[in-house]
Amino acid sequence: MTPALATVLDALAHPFSQGLMQRALLEVLLLAAVGGTLGCWIVLGGLSYGAESLAHGMFPGLVLAALAGVPLLLGGAAGILVAALAVALAGRVRGIGRDDAVAVAVTTLFGLGALLALSPATPVGIQGLLFGDVLGTTSADLLAGAALVAVVLLAMWLAHQRLLAAGFDRSGARALGISPFAVDALLLTLLALAVLVAVQGLGNLLVVAVLVAPAAAARLVTRRLAPMMALAVALGAVAGIGGLYLSYYARIAAGASIAGLLVAGYLLARLAAVTSQVRKGSATAAG
Amino acid sequence: MTADRAGGGEDARVAAGRRTCARVGGSDSTGPARQALLTAEKLAVGYEKAAPVLNDVTFALEPGERIAVLGPNGGGKTTLFRALLGELRPAHGTLALAGRCASVPQTERSRLDFPVSALDVALMGTIPGRPWWRRPSRADRVAARAALARVGLADRAERTYGELSGGQRQRVLIARALVQEARVLLLDEPFSGLDATSAARLEALLAELAGEGRGVLIATHDLEQARRWDRVLCVNGRQIAFGEPATALTHDVLAATYGGAIVTLPGEDPGAPHHAIMPPHHHHHDHAPPR
Repeated sequence: MTPALATVLDALAHPFSQGLMQRALLEVLLLAAVGGTLGCWIVLGGLSYGAESLAHGMFPGLVLAALAGVPLLLGGAAGILVAALAVALAGRVRGIGRDDAVAVAVTTLFGLGALLALSPATPVGIQGLLFGDVLGTTSADLLAGAALVAVVLLAMWLAHQRLLAAGFDRSGARALGISPFAVDALLLTLLALAVLVAVQGLGNLLVVAVLVAPAAAARLVTRRLAPMMALAVALGAVAGIGGLYLSYYARIAAGASIAGLLVAGYLLARLAAVTSQVRKGSATAAG
Repeated sequence: MTADRAGGGEDARVAAGRRTCARVGGSDSTGPARQALLTAEKLAVGYEKAAPVLNDVTFALEPGERIAVLGPNGGGKTTLFRALLGELRPAHGTLALAGRCASVPQTERSRLDFPVSALDVALMGTIPGRPWWRRPSRADRVAARAALARVGLADRAERTYGELSGGQRQRVLIARALVQEARVLLLDEPFSGLDATSAARLEALLAELAGEGRGVLIATHDLEQARRWDRVLCVNGRQIAFGEPATALTHDVLAATYGGAIVTLPGEDPGAPHHAIMPPHHHHHDHAPPR
């Protein structure tokens, strides 16, 4: 082995010699797995706004959990339930559009969370709730996260055909014995679980990045669902690991680095899609 | 994800006021040699508690028959199909099915930007026959490929659905219905937007499928086409007429079916004037592909 190569390998391996970074690595891989796969259904089903709303709407739950010293997962779950209920109730108010209702409910909840967070009894780590604390992942967090991710992946695997049929032709799905309403409910439930897992690593404000960006990027360059999911997971993993290196060597916040790389990945895919279209277009013009 | 069966099984009993999936005519029946695939008697269908939007429908579909379903938009064609598929319950009358119904929707209802292959779409036809926890088996895949081959698309199985031509997409959806082992196919304006070659090919396929003993109901606005098939069913809020095209498609029937939208063209034979329907206004589909 040449000394140069040894130096590079050492630089690559060194950050992960610590338990803290090893746990962070596992956490970002979990997020890549659930974000890349579920993200495809979110992007195809036009649920990106729903993902964002759930993530923000759960904020008071997270703050209350932090104040009370109970596990964030618990507070997050309660927060998501309240957010979903608030959105459903707001949507029933006459004379207000669905998107507007969601926006009002979510902003109210987020403001409430901020109010709680800025109270005199402010606990440490409010910043972690907003921007995530992937380096603070504990073994218990990892275990709970892995269990939830497993549930989401299994549900998606079993429901694959029905999700596909309902997404492909919503009005025709009923004739195949599929209830579009049940499909929506399943996707939203899985989305809530995924947000719950991802909020630990990326925080309230950045969680949407891992659920939307890799799938949106993969969609631009693939034309079948299986490769789209595989590519989205790979993109999520690369951005996650890259973000950890960036944070280790450049001393940037890990969550922000990961989110930044995810968005950069999307922009690259966009560029690739545009150039291939231009090339195709010029080939057609020449032929 | 409900486990509701689509179409119908073949074992339920006939009961008044309900849609049933039953063998029509028992062993003691002295009726026609060929058992009807579908029988509707004084059928009325509507939505929820509102008054039925389609009344008094009485017709039978025999194996091997192609029936054109004529009527204006909003006249009840889609409602009738939804009742046959079991999505709507009859408000009055009876509906008896001797085999599974499968729908072949308009191709533009589906999302053309969706990342599915022709094979993926055909494979969706195996969903009704499978419990929710079971993934498609090898046999399911074989059936889906066989159905694609049956409609002449064996070499297009791996193509992206949205990149196929309109006629090919329509045939993929027919393959999906065949995978459901449907004996009755319900086609919703399958010829709209097709060029002459694709339309001829589709019409030949429908003739073949009918020839195999299936029953085919085709919602259409094309009178000339309807005249070539076995029966016509004219609906406009209620049944206007049912019978062989030559006798059923009178000027009065067409006027009652389409209201003012009908014009009479001078034909070469003064005894058989041509009727034509003003081009229908196409309703907007919210599943049209974006961008």
